[in-house]
Amino acid sequence: MKKLTLPLGDKDILDLKAGETVLLSGTMITGRDAAHKRLYELIKEGKELPVDIKGELIYYVGPAPAKPGFAVGPAGPTSSYRMDKYAPALLDLGLKGMIGKGARNDEVIDAIIRNKAVYFACVGGAAALIAKSIKAEEILCYEDLGTEAVRRYTVEDFPCIVAIDSYGNNAYTEGQKKYNRE
Amino acid sequence: MEARKINAALITEKVKELFMNCNYYIGDDIYNALCSSRDNEESETARSILNQIIENDDIAKKEQIPLCQDTGMAILFVKYGDKVIVEDGSFNEAVTEGVRRAYIDGYLRKSVVDDPVFDRVNTKDNTPCIIHTEIVPGDKIEILAGGKGFGSENMSKIAMLTPSKGIDGVKDFILETVRTAGPNPCPPMVVGIGIGGTFEKAATLAKKATFRSIDTHNPDERYAALEDELLKSINKMGFGPAGLGGTTTAIGVNIETYPTHIAGMPVAVNICCHAARHASTII
Repeated sequence: MKKLTLPLGDKDILDLKAGETVLLSGTMITGRDAAHKRLYELIKEGKELPVDIKGELIYYVGPAPAKPGFAVGPAGPTSSYRMDKYAPALLDLGLKGMIGKGARNDEVIDAIIRNKAVYFACVGGAAALIAKSIKAEEILCYEDLGTEAVRRYTVEDFPCIVAIDSYGNNAYTEGQKKYNRE
Repeated sequence: MEARKINAALITEKVKELFMNCNYYIGDDIYNALCSSRDNEESETARSILNQIIENDDIAKKEQIPLCQDTGMAILFVKYGDKVIVEDGSFNEAVTEGVRRAYIDGYLRKSVVDDPVFDRVNTKDNTPCIIHTEIVPGDKIEILAGGKGFGSENMSKIAMLTPSKGIDGVKDFILETVRTAGPNPCPPMVVGIGIGGTFEKAATLAKKATFRSIDTHNPDERYAALEDELLKSINKMGFGPAGLGGTTTAIGVNIETYPTHIAGMPVAVNICCHAARHASTII
């Protein structure tokens, strides 16, 4: 299985192929609906963001609280399409990739190709398992949003699958086509 | 039958247990279906994804942590015996307190916002919950509870079909709803279907259907056959586990029905992910 260190280099990203399984180690930031809305509004107003997204991967997650003795609480992906409205603006500012689950719209796929970025999927509902690969967390901003605050995760062998590669190949549509028997 | 007094604190304690348990422990029906789907799945990627889900459910059980971070909005179907009197509090408050304690003491995620459109401020204790109460004869309280995640809830739909649409119209709407949901609701999914009643009755039946074990069938053999037929059709779509392709798109289709009006045939489809969580108790 391919192992990659974060932040991802341009060559790492260009070498990724849709459908490939990878293990990620390093740091990533998190954010979901409410944080994206705030970041997007700042971008529209031409203001500086409270977190540097350049070269980063963003994980769409709102974790459950950590039980005492655990580094983080269960933290599986949330549905990515809800971030479709905001994702192109973040990619155009230098975000290199996203981790989530489910389909993306054409605007996001175009922005992935345009920015030579990548969209990874991890398994929805595998939150307890995924949390095993998250070793530490730190809140970066928007703490008032609770589970939706922007965090920095330090991960080791975080399991995911290349869902949309930098050329626009799409593991969702290709996978479904291959097993469609209708 | 004589009136029976039940202390509000006991209701709170039972409700707390239900929500913690259903978020930590997946039902045997779902677990067994995930294992047999893995054994029969054609795609290697899909088999590996199903293994991750099974391993995840094992970890959650062993460590007593939520199997999914989206521990949902709390929903309860209650059969309240008409001879029961709640002491030292009221029923709804006792239930709400049980939900609050489960989500705070049980390290479950607080996912509820106070106002749907304008404020959207987190209530920080996952209340309010949604309580469907039916008054029945007797001196017991029966509670069926579950947490419903919104990745799948958002993929649900209702149609006010008219009688001339017939069985084909019903099938088309259900399959089109599942097709539109595609890879998004964390497949393999459980599809809950409510047919009949009124607009809100059909939606409630569909939710109730997702709370029914997938090892059971509708008692009417025509609807039981329809459950099997729809499950086969859905698994031909190819979305597969996590939506990345495969022969396991759903692990269960449950249908609940109710009489309806001469002019109507409402159909509601409530989609649930593979973390179909529910637990029940009788007080």
